[in-house]
Amino acid sequence: MIRRIAFIAAAPLAAFALTLVISSLALVVFGSNPIDAFSDMIGHASELETQVDILNRATPLYLSAVAAAIGFRMNLFNIGVEGQYLFGYIIAAQVGTMLALPAIIHIPVILITAMITGGLFAAIAGILKVTRGVNEVISTIMLNSIAVAGIIAALQGRWQPEQEEFTATTLGTAPIDDTGLLPNINGLVEIFTREIEQGGELTGMLLVAIGVGVAYHLLLTRMRFGFDLRASGLNPFAARAGGVAPKQMIVAAMFLSGAVAGLIGMVELAEEGRFPADPIQGLGFAGIAVALLGRNHPGGMAFSALLFAFLDVSAGILQSTQTATKEIVNIMQGIVLLAAVIAYGITKRVQTREEARATAEALQSVETNTEVTV
Amino acid sequence: MRRNFRLILALLAALSLFAAACGSTVSDVASDTADVVEDAVDGDGDGDGDEEEAMEDEEEAMEDEEEAMEDEEAMEDEEVAEEEAAAASSDTSVGLVYDIGGRGDLSFNDSAAEGLERANDSLGVTFTEASPNDDGSNRAELLQLAADDNPIVIGVGFLFEADAAATAAENPDTNFAVVDSAMIDFSLDPPAPYGPNVAGLVFAEEQGSYLVGVAAALTSETNQVGFIGGVCCFGLIEKFEAGFTAGARSVNPDIEVVVEYITDAPDFDGFNQPDRAQVIATTMYEDGADVIYHAAGGAGNGMFQAAADFSDDNGTKVWGIGVDSDQFNTIGAVDPDLQEFVLTSMLKRVDTAVVEILTAQANGEFVAGPNTYDLSVDGVGYSTSGGFVDDIIPDLEAAKAAIIAGDVVVPTDPTEVG
Repeated sequence: MIRRIAFIAAAPLAAFALTLVISSLALVVFGSNPIDAFSDMIGHASELETQVDILNRATPLYLSAVAAAIGFRMNLFNIGVEGQYLFGYIIAAQVGTMLALPAIIHIPVILITAMITGGLFAAIAGILKVTRGVNEVISTIMLNSIAVAGIIAALQGRWQPEQEEFTATTLGTAPIDDTGLLPNINGLVEIFTREIEQGGELTGMLLVAIGVGVAYHLLLTRMRFGFDLRASGLNPFAARAGGVAPKQMIVAAMFLSGAVAGLIGMVELAEEGRFPADPIQGLGFAGIAVALLGRNHPGGMAFSALLFAFLDVSAGILQSTQTATKEIVNIMQGIVLLAAVIAYGITKRVQTREEARATAEALQSVETNTEVTV
Repeated sequence: MRRNFRLILALLAALSLFAAACGSTVSDVASDTADVVEDAVDGDGDGDGDEEEAMEDEEEAMEDEEEAMEDEEAMEDEEVAEEEAAAASSDTSVGLVYDIGGRGDLSFNDSAAEGLERANDSLGVTFTEASPNDDGSNRAELLQLAADDNPIVIGVGFLFEADAAATAAENPDTNFAVVDSAMIDFSLDPPAPYGPNVAGLVFAEEQGSYLVGVAAALTSETNQVGFIGGVCCFGLIEKFEAGFTAGARSVNPDIEVVVEYITDAPDFDGFNQPDRAQVIATTMYEDGADVIYHAAGGAGNGMFQAAADFSDDNGTKVWGIGVDSDQFNTIGAVDPDLQEFVLTSMLKRVDTAVVEILTAQANGEFVAGPNTYDLSVDGVGYSTSGGFVDDIIPDLEAAKAAIIAGDVVVPTDPTEVG
């Protein structure tokens, strides 16, 4: 039992240690003091406002990771989370502006629109795969370009409301009524902490993301569909023999993946109240890294989303205290990914060897025992 | 992965143009509200400003007295020296947040960095710099961090508008300045600055456009020049057109100025369509124009491509004129073959804006709302990289002097150009 726990803990700990060492080396090479840098990062992150920033950043990263992980669990490489969330984002923003509803309906309608749009956009790649055998990596990459360069640019122009003066804050789709904006959950947090200052707002999407994480966990472990999903991923032929319809599974998995992707943009939508001129992009790709680091596990991805968010947020303090360049943050994210892959590879090998030895010993003892009895 | 930033890049390019232009249009609107602004500044208990203004008045009064009393000039010199010393020893520090990419963009960020260095040399202003993550997700965080340690914070680029307005409201004791945005809240009636501690740094683009218009007319041999605007009919890019046309006509009243816009508002795609800019420019060159000025953001690259293609095909040299930053350098970083077709560029001098606002801050003269930088402070200008305008610099300087002296008033509306 202790050995089992040791094996589970060994890889992350080794990865963490490896990351610390290599990052420190990188910092020294860049002429920065690693101890200063790390203490700045930790000191900054110990403030409540920074923690709000970290959670606000981790929320879309986590949703993006779950979206990617649903595909990964079925050996589907949905590289198109990026396009799916941007497309879902702008459609939901526009639908939101056209509706005047009480908040209790308005908000869910917007969220569900984003999910359905993202899901359908992802399903295109699934349908192409099952009907024409198009590799989903290729099709989702192309769909990214279509979503980003084509649809969004065109729609943004069309949906840009007429106005006298155009400034950066008034560009984008028309603003959504306040009833359509998910409120922040500062009140919920402030029960336990002091008041959040500096205008920090903890996104309400955090609760949605937690819900998605729980649903993902239940789906994989408690539901028939989740079992089919994992079975298809592990061995499609065996799954098929076991009565799983592969084509439906592929389309359904892509739809689900895209639906979760659609939620990513809702974090920014709740804050901006519109699809802005400069939406945050790249979250779809960042999510792939988070899913890889979290090994597609709902808890693991939560941890890695928080880690990535912590590193992203640290870029500010490192620059403001002039202890290091902000690029060190990207380097650390890369290192932690590589370190995790290496550490898991090594522990897996050690584990296999241990198991083999244990089995061999057990067999040997059985043999000697039999010899004795004979 | 990189290509997925294309949209944001395109939008950035697009917006940098018209938000800039917007800034100056806004300044007209703002001139109406200028009184409101000043009232806001004065009325908002910004005691420092008042006191210092008052002190200055006093000083001026004292100076007058001294002069009147014909006290030795040495006294005055001393006073001036004292003032300078006061400015130089001011412990003002600034937190400057670049737009994505930071230093090394050969454009606005580098220009802002130059301004910082100059302010550091001349005013002794110390500075910290930061630039956002690649997805621009942490602008607000960086502004807040800068505000924690500095009495003034500068954001380079209009994309800081919303975050600066919000952060400024949370930090009433810190001044905020945003390059290329008027920082006017149009949701208010009448429109007013976001707050007494929020300034917008904008530029008199029509004056710079006038100078490149002069350069175009002096360079043209066919007596025909062109103007390509990114997006028409929202009252912003027209300033560029008006200045350019007026400048060209000032040299040669009979010169033909061909004007074309890529799209009409609210379709802002014109700033991102180099292919269409290329088609329009090719047609203009074929019809006899030999110098074209673009105010079309990222689409302008298509015009330079058209100039290169037309010159190669016909064995004659035609020119393009860049906008915002020195496009001889920015294009050179992308495609060095196009450099030789960049006659000059209409410059928005972000470095000047940075130095000016920091000087104002050091002297306690920070003014909320739009601060427009024109030719008189080198807020706009023309570039000489490549040396293609070297022989006409005297003419350009003469035109510049005339504008500064007020002998020439550059129109901002194309219909006002004679």
